Amino acid sequence: MLNYVLSRLLTFVPTFFGVTLISFAFIRVLPGDPIIVMAGERGVSQERYDQLAAQFGFDRPMYVQFWDYFTGVLQGDLGNSFVTKKPVWDEFFTLFPATLELSLCAMVLAIVLGLPAGVIAAVNRGKFFDRALMSTALVGYSMPIFWWALLLIIVFSGNLGWTPVSGRIDLLYYFPDPTGFMLIDSLASGQKGAFWSAIRHLILPTIVLGTIPLAVIARQTRSAMLEVLGEDYVRTARAKGMSPARINSIHALRNALIPVITVIGLSVGTLLAGAILTETIFSWPGIGKWMVDSIFRRDYPVVQGGLLLIAVMVMIVNLTVDMLYGLINPKIRKR
Amino acid sequence: MTDASSTQTAKAIGEERPSRLKEFWFYFRENRGAVIGLWIFAVFAFLALFGPWIAPHDATEQFRSNALQPPFWQEGGSTEFLLGTDPLGRDMLSRLIVGARFSFFVGIVVVSVAASGGILIGLLAGFAPKWVDTIIMRIMDIILAFPSLLLALVLVAILGPSLINAMIAIAIVLQPHYVRLTRASVMSERQKDYVTSARVVGAGTLRLMFVTVLPNCLSPIIVQAALSFSTAILDAAALGFLGMGAQPPTPEWGTMLAEAREFILRAWWVVTFPGLAILVTVLAINLLGDGLRDALDPKLKRS
Repeated sequence: MLNYVLSRLLTFVPTFFGVTLISFAFIRVLPGDPIIVMAGERGVSQERYDQLAAQFGFDRPMYVQFWDYFTGVLQGDLGNSFVTKKPVWDEFFTLFPATLELSLCAMVLAIVLGLPAGVIAAVNRGKFFDRALMSTALVGYSMPIFWWALLLIIVFSGNLGWTPVSGRIDLLYYFPDPTGFMLIDSLASGQKGAFWSAIRHLILPTIVLGTIPLAVIARQTRSAMLEVLGEDYVRTARAKGMSPARINSIHALRNALIPVITVIGLSVGTLLAGAILTETIFSWPGIGKWMVDSIFRRDYPVVQGGLLLIAVMVMIVNLTVDMLYGLINPKIRKR
Repeated sequence: MTDASSTQTAKAIGEERPSRLKEFWFYFRENRGAVIGLWIFAVFAFLALFGPWIAPHDATEQFRSNALQPPFWQEGGSTEFLLGTDPLGRDMLSRLIVGARFSFFVGIVVVSVAASGGILIGLLAGFAPKWVDTIIMRIMDIILAFPSLLLALVLVAILGPSLINAMIAIAIVLQPHYVRLTRASVMSERQKDYVTSARVVGAGTLRLMFVTVLPNCLSPIIVQAALSFSTAILDAAALGFLGMGAQPPTPEWGTMLAEAREFILRAWWVVTFPGLAILVTVLAINLLGDGLRDALDPKLKRS
């Protein structure tokens, strides 16, 4: 097991280096001179231009710039945003809880509905429930979520007026946010109605972001369950007179969960990509919206640093999933 | 006796090709959803090819006096504009029909570029020495570490927003999947006896790669092609929606949605129909993909 962990960790190093190199290189090939962009419409004199170029190190050879950036990254220094002048690292982790809260809620929704849906479909294989659930799952899987969000806004915010259209909480509430999680902070603030307001803001984005993972989990659970239900030990359990409910929950689901956990782990990337669209539509102040805004504002250090941090986060999750998988399934370790 | 059996074998060999196709069709037809998907896809392809000649109006013509007219079954609608008009008075139905070709084009180009590149690199990784393989796979890992839409978004920002650049970006993002898939099948095929015997008979590496091994790796790749066709359409629409794909007044479905966003609470039809078109197309292709997988790769799933 230790060998397995070490070999997996070793592959992490070159990938990390490559990810840093790519996010660094991207910014150097982006059209538009960063200094001209920073100067804005007033323009900049040649003298000032050279001064700024020297200040940011743009006048030095590319490999020196990269080396400085790379060593900076290792110390948690990703440079400062052109727009807000604040460190990218700080900005990222100020906004990250908003994305994390939304993603966690979406994932919980996907698991809570997806697992039972998959199990019910597998147990009723070929019958009405199976067909209805799997058709719905396929529709969810094919859903353009930006359109789905607009539809939900039309119905629930426009026609019914149940949910707000944007933001994380109504503007009349103001309280400190020590954790950054609106649900926890609003509850801790003790203000009447704040928690309820936070929940109402969360509902639509959660549904939108959770839709595709929900469909994927339901489909994966069904096929994993079907596979396990055909195994000999399930037949044995059935033969010795165990109740179907017990067989399904204890013998089948537990073993079917292994591939499902992998899928859950792998959907972190999907969630982050979905967060870009969801946060943009609902003006959710998280990482996704921040990245889109920065791309449009040509805020290079932010695009570069955000890209890197997001990629590293995906890599860490994938690594953890791999290790968990090796822990659950010893056959994998041998490879 | 021996003669009869040998002619039979010869006959069987001669008939192998058509019967394979027949077998494929037999399994494919069993899946009703896949057949429906195929029909919808056929309509979609037809519209993509002949859209401008079928559409009742020009897709960019503005009927200013009829702006934001609802569909014909609602009060204020008329049969001249069956699905209503957009804020600039352009006919929704015509724009949707003409828009089919952009999504179709995106799907075809992205899948061809991503698949051919991915298959080549995957074959190379499968046959090359270990260190080349390691380098290739690490590079693929690096690309896969970025969420695809984000990477495509940044790439388009670099290249400049347009449909062509969106396609290039999506192809780059999707291509590692083909590399991994091809490499994995090559690895398992290479150890088989028929490859060894081909090598013993004197087949060169190139022949082994493209003639001996590749045809036997194609099934999962074809399934992946169908799935990435729908991913490409979705991603291109998403980029269009974010303003980084096709630019107005192109009637690309995602771009149409972006233009219609501010009218969502006043005119439901300008938002509903383009999205519905994306959903139905993507759904049809996914149904088709499921059917292909069941028919081509019986090991994967027959349920």
